[in-house]
Amino acid sequence: MLAQIRKLIVQVDETRLEMGRPVDPPTRRALAMAVIANPCAGHYVENLDALVAIGEELGGLLGQRCVQALGIKPGQAQSYGKAAIVGEAGELEHAAAILHPKLGAPLRAAVSQGAALVPSSKKRGGLGTAIDVPLGHKDAAFVRSHFDAMEARVADAPRANEIVVAVVVTDSGRPLARVGGLQASEIKGEDGLR
Amino acid sequence: MIQIRRTLSHVEDIHHEFGLVAAVPLRRGAIAAVLTNPFAGRYEPDLLPLMDALGPVGLEMAQHLLAAMDVPAARIQGYGKGAIVGAAGELEHGAVWHVPGGYAMRELLGWKPSHPDARAGTQPGNALAIVPSAKKVGGPGTALDVPMTHINASYVRSHFDAIEVRVPGAPAADEIVFVLAMSTGARVHARVGGLAAADIARWDGLR
Repeated sequence: MLAQIRKLIVQVDETRLEMGRPVDPPTRRALAMAVIANPCAGHYVENLDALVAIGEELGGLLGQRCVQALGIKPGQAQSYGKAAIVGEAGELEHAAAILHPKLGAPLRAAVSQGAALVPSSKKRGGLGTAIDVPLGHKDAAFVRSHFDAMEARVADAPRANEIVVAVVVTDSGRPLARVGGLQASEIKGEDGLR
Repeated sequence: MIQIRRTLSHVEDIHHEFGLVAAVPLRRGAIAAVLTNPFAGRYEPDLLPLMDALGPVGLEMAQHLLAAMDVPAARIQGYGKGAIVGAAGELEHGAVWHVPGGYAMRELLGWKPSHPDARAGTQPGNALAIVPSAKKVGGPGTALDVPMTHINASYVRSHFDAIEVRVPGAPAADEIVFVLAMSTGARVHARVGGLAAADIARWDGLR
């Protein structure tokens, strides 16, 4: 592997009951995180290709771990999101290099299809910094029931020379979603929007 | 009496902590179940019915955690448990977890001298040690450091550990978060001496 992984973490968050009402089937969100060494930490590096390649590798690895943790077929995935927390010896652009150029294609392969933009967030932070990974429907960004976010946090990371890379995949929208808008059942899934 | 609102499972592989990369990464896992606190907002003298009702919940959580960790029960070497009580409850509501939480994992991992894995004169049983625990009252997103120790001997120094567990958004005031935790081994770079797992001899749950 290109990425030097110190820790790999997978969480599954399942909601069965919200405000006293059953959520049936329960909503489930899987979060996979890798704590990796930042090869560009400590000084200015003009060319960030090393991080771009790591992003490509992690898009597949973390996406597959999420699908595996949910115990679903790739086609059953409904929404996704990605995020990175850069340790203090790195810069925000390092997160951008991991997340934006090449992470998406292998993630889309892991969830099959994925016409929509993968929503993302990034920040610089210290150990235990939390980041809210934004979520959107994988085939149509305007599906309102699937706008969501999942909090990602590693208690002992990122160290100054590390990056926490997070991917979330769900098999559902928000629990008891009822604020209208485009429904998942109505999408065409061609332009990534509707 | 039992109303499970939400579950959160967490599994981590620790490859190194800035030392040699482990040949087999340490796997640690925790499961948190968010339950309605049936005693929220009032003083209830008799908590024992909840303790009894939590028995099957604990066992289901332990099985769920082991499945999420994707290892056979025989690979589990450390365990711990904990509870976070929402603001409309009291610490004693978390204390009901001591019996069912501990029982659940010892039921899942334990065995008696009649078991095929039992070795005459060496290991007469499994999951012999008390399950260490921590509990607190807290708001949504409160973090709990769940202590972990070796499943057969509490004094095994390499397995003294803790895993931080936190459920974003829970517990609400009328909720309790119950937690179980398990691990496949020692701290990844354990090297501070003391009783080693290989030297457990008394099989009394302590040494």
